[in-house]
Amino acid sequence: MLYNEPSPLETRVLSRRFGMPNSASIDTYLATDGYKAFLKARGMKPEEIIEEVKISNLRGRGGAGFPTGMKWSFVPRNSPKPKYIVVNADESEPGTCKDRLLMEYDPHQLIEGVLIAALSVDAHAGWIYIRGEYRYLIEIMDKALNEAYHKGWLGKNIQGTGFDFDLYTHSGAGAYECGEESALLESLEGKRGIPRIRPPFPAVVGAFQCPTILNNVETYCAVPAIIRDGGKAFADLGVPKAGGTKLTCLTGHVNKPGVYELTLGFPVMKMINEVGGGVRNGKKLKAFIPGGSSCPILTGEECQDATMDYDSMAARKSMLGSGGVVVMDEDTCMVKAALRIMRFYAHESCGWCIPCREGTTWLRKILTRFHEGQGTRSDIDLIGDLSKNMLGRTFCPLGDAAALPTISIVEKFRQEFEDHLNGRPCPFEHAGHMVTV
Amino acid sequence: MIPMLLYAQDEVGHVSDELIEEIARRVGVTPLQVNEVLTYYSMLHRKPLGKYHVQICTNISCLLWDADKLWEQACHKLGIGHKEATGDGQISLEEVECIGACSWAPAVQVNYDFHHFVTSEKLDQLLDGLRKKQ
Repeated sequence: MLYNEPSPLETRVLSRRFGMPNSASIDTYLATDGYKAFLKARGMKPEEIIEEVKISNLRGRGGAGFPTGMKWSFVPRNSPKPKYIVVNADESEPGTCKDRLLMEYDPHQLIEGVLIAALSVDAHAGWIYIRGEYRYLIEIMDKALNEAYHKGWLGKNIQGTGFDFDLYTHSGAGAYECGEESALLESLEGKRGIPRIRPPFPAVVGAFQCPTILNNVETYCAVPAIIRDGGKAFADLGVPKAGGTKLTCLTGHVNKPGVYELTLGFPVMKMINEVGGGVRNGKKLKAFIPGGSSCPILTGEECQDATMDYDSMAARKSMLGSGGVVVMDEDTCMVKAALRIMRFYAHESCGWCIPCREGTTWLRKILTRFHEGQGTRSDIDLIGDLSKNMLGRTFCPLGDAAALPTISIVEKFRQEFEDHLNGRPCPFEHAGHMVTV
Repeated sequence: MIPMLLYAQDEVGHVSDELIEEIARRVGVTPLQVNEVLTYYSMLHRKPLGKYHVQICTNISCLLWDADKLWEQACHKLGIGHKEATGDGQISLEEVECIGACSWAPAVQVNYDFHHFVTSEKLDQLLDGLRKKQ
């Protein structure tokens, strides 16, 4: 059973098997063109595979949006070290719940994407790092891996092509930070998830000090379609600098929240009103997060002519991020939203870099007292200043991820902070007490 | 080492001193190194939890569907708070960060099972059921 009704406005490429009977089984996969792209890629040179991915304009779906083909081309193929493929299935960005469905409904599509990535750099082993909370998905993936081994799509001499590849699942144990690529690699190696300083990037020094391709689940899942139908067909679905579709998680105050596969460049208001059935209870749109809580927030007005792609969001000083859309209606307290977002980052900061560790903690404390009506006027600027001082001063993007939404909320909704000072602790509700973790 | 810790915890109930010793021996590191790693991960617990560990997400997407009220309701009903267990050890509570169910908010996880679109009534029934469940 699907979690939500599909929308007729979707373009279903990665999600085309969602809702099919036994969609996760290898038999369904093979009956619907499954693993054909792998066989086609086996007949191509590694550089041809990478070129096809470059033509597709596929950009990393985990949040950063780095061009995938370029990332793969950084792997030194003549290195004497083994090369590895790592899948980032540590989906933890607040607002994001799409990789879950890709693994639940179509695990073999992910396996095939990994196999093609492996061909492009001559890798022979890989891991799927799945967040610990997704135990049922680890079981689904393990079952799919067993099927693939049993039917000769993993292991030695895959389908008689002479290519060997082993793929394993690996569980996380509760840490947002492990979704950051270098922290994920540390965790995979059995350590605390502390980010590494870069360069060197994982493409050169990754898992176990070896060259590694590391991408998000959705990124790998796009690869079979790119090889099967050609990079150009995929590119044509999207906008000039970003090809294909994006699994978009509509969350928050919409009538029909759910995960929908939309082409890149899909208009934001059409997404909210037609795909999502409009803002809940006929309320007005107040604020919008395009792709997970790390993204700078947009006001309802800024959304009017915005589209869901990297450039449109960059032009509005935000990011497309991971596809975790958060819709907030006119009754949302933005101070409370800023506080909840900061509590998350303060909890998840790994503590390695001082600006992030101390910055998120102090911002959480200041926002807590502000929300409870104990703030001072100078706190408003202090929140902005502390956030700006975190930007670019940490090993990994978690510090920025905490700072960017906060800066944007203070700048765009300053009036609400003022209201909290003017004898109205929280203008939208009573008993606004929040438990502080 | 991380999956080993988690799967072992699933069997024992929490990461006990004996478990740390055993894992250190098997992996070939010191117990201190195991402890260093496990204290990083929020799903690994050094103290026993309830038989049913109720995890209520109050992160932004769930909060917008009033998850904070669900959290207060659960605390009030069970008379326990964050990371505490009922006297009989049956149920424990934890306010958790995003569990990846944002489009089906508000979401609650009991051990590894997801519950989506949780309402006040549903939460009540869920907790009543867990109190009696073997």
